[in-house]
Parts: sequence; structure tokens; C-alpha cells
Amino acid sequence: MIRLSGVSHFIGGAQILHDISLDLPKGGITALIGPNGAGKSTLLSLIARLTPLKQGEITVDTLKIGGCSDRDLARVLAIMAQSTHVSARLRVRELVGFGRYPWHRGRPGPADHALIEAALERFGLLPIADRFLDEISGGQRQRAFVAMAFAQDTDYLLLDEPLNNLDIAGARGLMRLLRDMADRDDKTILIVLHDINYAAAFADRIVALKNGRIAATGAPDQVISDTLLRDVFDTDAKISRIDGRPFVMV
Amino acid sequence: MPVSLSGFLTDPDSQQVLIVSRLPRTLAALLAGAALAVTGQIMQILARNRFVEPMTAGAGQSAALGILIASVVFPASAIWAKMGVSALTTLIGSAGLLLLIRPLPPTQPLLVPLVALVYGGVIGAVVTFFAYQGDMMQFLGSWLTGELSGVLQGRYELLWGAAAAAGVTWLIADRITVLSLGENAARGLGLNVALVSGLGLAAISVTTAMVVVTLGAIPFVGLVIPNIIARRMGDNLRRALPVAALSGAGLVLVGDMLGRTLRAPFEIPVASLVGIAGAVVFLALLYSEPRRG
Ligand SMILES: Nc1ncnc2c1ncn2[C@@H]1O[C@H](COP(=O)(O)OP(=O)(O)O)[C@@H](O)[C@H]1O
Ligand SMILES: [Mg+2]
Repeated sequence: MIRLSGVSHFIGGAQILHDISLDLPKGGITALIGPNGAGKSTLLSLIARLTPLKQGEITVDTLKIGGCSDRDLARVLAIMAQSTHVSARLRVRELVGFGRYPWHRGRPGPADHALIEAALERFGLLPIADRFLDEISGGQRQRAFVAMAFAQDTDYLLLDEPLNNLDIAGARGLMRLLRDMADRDDKTILIVLHDINYAAAFADRIVALKNGRIAATGAPDQVISDTLLRDVFDTDAKISRIDGRPFVMV
Repeated sequence: MPVSLSGFLTDPDSQQVLIVSRLPRTLAALLAGAALAVTGQIMQILARNRFVEPMTAGAGQSAALGILIASVVFPASAIWAKMGVSALTTLIGSAGLLLLIRPLPPTQPLLVPLVALVYGGVIGAVVTFFAYQGDMMQFLGSWLTGELSGVLQGRYELLWGAAAAAGVTWLIADRITVLSLGENAARGLGLNVALVSGLGLAAISVTTAMVVVTLGAIPFVGLVIPNIIARRMGDNLRRALPVAALSGAGLVLVGDMLGRTLRAPFEIPVASLVGIAGAVVFLALLYSEPRRG
């Protein structure tokens, strides 16, 4: 379980997060939604200790953020940040291979190689495994980064807008893979999604954030409503239901 | 003095020339070239930019500043003590550059080499100013323009240290490569970013200082070799560093041989030859690099 209590965050003088308390149970997909600038990325990077936690407390299972080593956390939680920029020229297989780093510390063994191949296969990257990252499409690159997080083989996966750059087939394909990882591999996935319809279709829980505060949490059915769109997203788009599932009419 | 194979086998004088001068000079070229190419590649990972290398990006100038300070303040100190001061100023100089380029956007890759060149130029100007004030101008050329004509047995052995410092980085090659994913992603993988960056910087500084103290600055080896290797085989340092070392060694050796023969009996400093060739290759690389936003 990821547990946040009383988490606030300031950048400069501005308060970005206001006293957030939240329990994310183990298992399933939680979608973090909210308008641009709501604080979603900030929240994710606090949980993943990439931004130092100044106020409040976060625990991931038994690990306390700020009180555990980077390495211990790297074996429990993987994060894929919103913007990924690799300065070096790496092959897809090498990138995915770095996901194993927390386990082998630079000396990959046969088990690591097997897991890397499995990750490549699962994310459909085998045909392009030997290509350089600057020789593949943005969508393929995005998938390679998710595969790297998967190869890290952690119970918790934090993904910040992984559907960026993906076309509809890529986005659906990736969400299905994540769904599969949650269902078959018991991963706990916290994912920032831009598109509420994807959240409704694939997530078990939704956490809506606005101006650094939690505006709503619950199952997609309960959370996604005309009121949510108006209060959180400031839009008067309507919700309809298709096959019993909420759907935002854009 | 010409040394032939038969002469070497029979003539003690030839043997002497070989052992005291020719062999050290060859070794010096190989060691310096290998070390420079390796540290160039590491610098590029630390700076997260293809177009910087220590010699032109402030480290070389800082190394010269260190020797200058040591020579003026402790003129009687041993060469390794001067080297120590030089390594320290190099460390400060290269760390300063990394701090300076940190806020630059990765989408504008050409800003980094620009800033680095200006930074190196400013430190170089400071060095010249103090050399002038301290009446050390005659030494300045020997630090800023690397050449191997003075290499003799007993006067190049620091370069073994430079090569060793570069060699140590191979042991942490994977960790340094992980850094290229960016600081956050590297920490997410549990990498001790500060430690690995620190070790990389230390290796760069020790290597640069040793080369500058022993031979003088040799530019572009650390730029051209890593760039060509990255194109051909990528930046996975565990595989790339040995190739970089070999190529750098070859480049400096060939540069020195050409410099000795082109205008014999006069010598063209290896730094000038490599510098001219490197500048041309560098421009070609700049223009052929695919821009990504
Ligand atoms: N480095 C920064 N300096 C100043 N403000 C920042 C910085 N990073 C984020 N912010 C502000 O923090 C708020 C939350 O940002 P972020 O967490 O990235 O939002 P989201 O991911 O929900 O779009 C925004 O208002 C943004 O302007
Ligand atoms: Mg964001």
C-alpha cells in the first residue's frame, strides 16, 4: 500500500500541494487525473522520492520515503517520468536492460537477460530491440520506457502520462498491457492520464486532483460525472453511458 | 638519430635512444590518447551533451591555471605536487561548467558547447593574465599546446596515472551510462547519482591535469573519437570505452608521427595537428547531427 498523510509541497512561495492524505491499496490501476498544473507530476515525483519530501509522510509498503535508501525503493517502486530525455545513444535493448540495474548493480546475470527479453517480447519491442532510440518513433520510444519500468520488476509502477505520443492503437495497446500486468502479475499501478475516457475504461480507481487538492476519489462510475467535469476540469462537456461505462462526450 | 631494427639489435647507442626517448614518446602518445578519448566520452555523459570535451570546456584551462598557481606560489614543489594542485583546479573548473550548463534546455543541444567554449575561453584568459603578471609567459605555450618532443624516460610516467584514472572509469561504466537517462531516472533506478558523477568528474580532472602537466593540452581527441564511436556503436560505455581508448591512442600516435615527419627536422605539435583535423571533423559532426526537439 502507498500511504500519504498530510503531504504539502511548496515551490518558491507557491503552495503546489495542500495537505494530501491518500491510501492507495495494493493491486489494480489507479488513474490520477486533473487539469494541467494540478500537481499530478509533483505528487508522483514526491512518492518516487525524486523531489524531496518536506512536509507530510509517505510510505510504500514498509519503506518510508526520505528514510529508506534509493536502492531499496528502486526494488519496490519504478517510475516513468513525464518527460524522458536520454542524452546517450542507446539501443532499445540496452535501455530496457537498465531496468534491471537496481537488482544487479552493473553485473547482469542470465536471469536478468531472461527478464529483459521477456519485457521486450511483452511490449512488442523484439523486432526493434537492436535499434537506437533515435531511430524509432516517439510511440515506440514511449513503449520502451514503460518496458524498462516493467523490467525493473517492482510491485509498484508509477507512470506519468505514458500515453503521450501514442496513437490510438498504441494507447489502447499500452493500457491493455498495463491492465494485464495488474491482473496477471499483481502489479500496483498509479498512472497519470490526460484522457478521462482511458481512465474510465481501464482504471479500477480514480483520484482527481485540482489546484493541489484531492477533488474526488473512487471507482470510475462514481467519480466521473458532469459535476466533476465542471468543478475539476472547468468544462461543460457531458457524460453519457455506453455499456454502463461513463464516457465523456468531447 | 635514426634507429633501425638491425641497429637496435647490435648497437648499444640505438638501444639507448629507443629506451630513453622513442619508447617513452610512443607510450606517452598512446597513454594520453587513450585517456583523453575516455574522459571525453565520460564528460559528454556528465554534461548530457555530445559536443563538449574537457580540454576545450574549461578543464584544460583550469589544469593550466593550477600548474601556474603551483609554479608561482610553490616554485620548488615536486611535479606530482603541482599535478595535485592542477587536478584540484581542474575539478573545480569542470564542476563549475556542469553547474553552469545545468539549467540549459536539452532541446537546444548547441547551447552547451557554446557556453563551454566561452567558459573555457574566460578561464584561458585568466590563465594568460596571471602568466603575464607572473612573468611565466614562456611556460604558457607548453601547457596550452600539447606536444611530445620533450618526452623522455622519467618525464612522462605521470601519464600511466592518467591512463589508470581513465581505466578505473571502465569499472563503473554501467553506472555512468545509467546517468545518461537523466538524474531523475537514474535515481529512480537506485543509482547514487552524486557519487557516480563525482567519480566521473574526479577521473576527468586527474586525467586532464596529468596530460596538461606532462604534455600540455591536446584538444578534440575527447570530442571526435567519442562522437564517431557513438555513431557506430552507441554509448553503452562498457562496450564503447575500450574502443574509445584504442582509437584515441591511435589518433594521438599518428598525429605525433605526422607532426614529426611533415616538416622534418621541425616538429609540428601534436595538439596543432589534432586540433586542425579535429576542428574540421567537429564542424562536420555539428552539421550532420540530426536535430531533435
Ligand atoms: N520547477 C517549478 N517551478 C515553479 N513552479 C513549478 C515547477 N514545477 C511545477 N510547478 C508548478 O507546480 C504546479 C503543479 O505542476 P505539475 O505537478 O507539473 O502539474 P501537472 O502534472 O498536474 O500538470 C503547476 O502550477 C506548475 O506551474
Ligand atoms: Mg504533469
